[in-house]
Amino acid sequence: MKEIFSKINHQHQVISIRGLKKSFDDFDVLKGVDMELRQGENLVVLGRSGTGKSVLIKIIAGLLKADEGTVNVLGQEITKISERKLDSIRLKLGFSFQNSALYDSMSVRENLEFPLKRHVKNLSRKEINSNVEMILEAVGLLQAIDQMPAELSGGQRKRIGIARTLILKPEIMLYDEPTAGLDPITCIEINKLINEVQARFHTSSIIITHDLTCAKTTGDRIMMLLDGQFRYNGTFADIFAHTEDERVKLFYDYNFVE
Amino acid sequence: MKSGSVVISKRIDKFFLKLNDIYLFVLRFFKEAFLPPYEFREVVNQCYELGVRSLPLISVTGFIIGIVFTNQSRPSLAEFGATSWLPALMAVAIIRALAPLVTALIASGRVASKIGAEIGSMKVSEQIDAMEVSAIKPFRFLVVTRVLATTLMIPALTIYTAFVSLLGSFININQREETSIITFFEQVFEAITYLDVFSSIIKAFFFGFTIGIVGCYKGYTSSNGTQGVGKAANTSVVIAMFLIFVEELLAMQIINAIRFQ
Ligand SMILES: Nc1ncnc2c1ncn2[C@@H]1O[C@H](COP(=O)(O)OP(=O)(O)O)[C@@H](O)[C@H]1O
Ligand SMILES: [Mg+2]
Repeated sequence: MKEIFSKINHQHQVISIRGLKKSFDDFDVLKGVDMELRQGENLVVLGRSGTGKSVLIKIIAGLLKADEGTVNVLGQEITKISERKLDSIRLKLGFSFQNSALYDSMSVRENLEFPLKRHVKNLSRKEINSNVEMILEAVGLLQAIDQMPAELSGGQRKRIGIARTLILKPEIMLYDEPTAGLDPITCIEINKLINEVQARFHTSSIIITHDLTCAKTTGDRIMMLLDGQFRYNGTFADIFAHTEDERVKLFYDYNFVE
Repeated sequence: MKSGSVVISKRIDKFFLKLNDIYLFVLRFFKEAFLPPYEFREVVNQCYELGVRSLPLISVTGFIIGIVFTNQSRPSLAEFGATSWLPALMAVAIIRALAPLVTALIASGRVASKIGAEIGSMKVSEQIDAMEVSAIKPFRFLVVTRVLATTLMIPALTIYTAFVSLLGSFININQREETSIITFFEQVFEAITYLDVFSSIIKAFFFGFTIGIVGCYKGYTSSNGTQGVGKAANTSVVIAMFLIFVEELLAMQIINAIRFQ
């Protein structure tokens, strides 16, 4: 199990959400969500498929609009700010998509250059190259620099997706099911990478998953989304060691079939 | 139980909601086209992808249409001993109707489907969301550039198609009537007016805009994974072609009203 990371600043909240509600047509997905992300921590959000985990981080990134409630990201109320301000917040967010969302028509190098060139003006060719190479080095895939996304494996695509967000030096990372669909060994590597990113780039992260190994290895703190609200909040042991809740037990049992 | 009339009224509601959606999409295009960042390089890229790379197909089709239409029109004129009018007839047919229509229909098949599939797959694989969260305006980068490219390239391609079709027509006439190229083009330019040329180019602008907007709209609003991408590509072609015929009909009415004023 992960040692509680010593650099977490418990006083400082980078994300703070109160009473968040979201429904689609007549279907209530989030029914009053409260949560906060502390500076420097890895927060794991656990929940079964379809419980609204992706909806939650898409609201944080401003991709979906909240129906009710407040969503404060880095001191800004993102439900109310202008598009311009929202963009300036987004530059400080890194979003790792479930299926990586690499730009198919661009090489790995171009995938990384694309956001960099648009947001950091007047970089020389040399500076761009060294930035791209440094980040690829950090995710351990420098050799893939001139490959196309279609030539990469699932785990490699995930790494490049993470690299593409790291290039803008985000303060907050949002991982949507980082280990879904990957083989067990690749899962372990990705979990390791998530912890490396936390240590090396000093990010605060929300890691969405239903994979308990991922939760255990990456999470400083775990929250569980059940039926549209957060029910449990604590370390892995806090939640799973003495639970009476059938739904939590079920979650545990199916993750560790022994 | 749902009664039939409820089902029909729901369908009608849905149709108008969709129409409103498209209207808002077009409005958004005009709003965002004027906002920075301007993606000039991407517009040039798209002009090349969508325009220049359509040249081979357009060349072959335009040329063959010139030959075939000329050959098929000959007997009607021959009945009146008027085959010497063939260049003039073909000029009018090609410039007024065939060139813009053939170009637009081919572009619907090649370009609208390509745009629909491309943007559709970017949508369902969350690449558009990825741009959005890196504060890159995907609408400006993907939609505005492509619509501008088609709006510019279809008129250019139309002029080119007209030229190749006339060439096809000339070759057929040259073989049968032994008309020289100079005589042929003298007759062509005598037969057509400025109104013919300008109305066709303006029409082509509208066709180009339609092809770009339809492909982008279908792609941008596609869902349901890979299946949705196929559907976006397919319906883009069908809708673009349908709208082009409707526009052609409208344009004909308007131009005739001007011509016979
Ligand atoms: N854009 C959308 N439109 C309609 N329904 C949606 C949309 N996004 C998500 N949903 C619905 O919200 C629920 C939660 O989705 P999601 O957040 O993707 O679940 P997960 O926890 O597996 O990530 C699902 O039932 C899904 O169908
Ligand atoms: Mg999800």
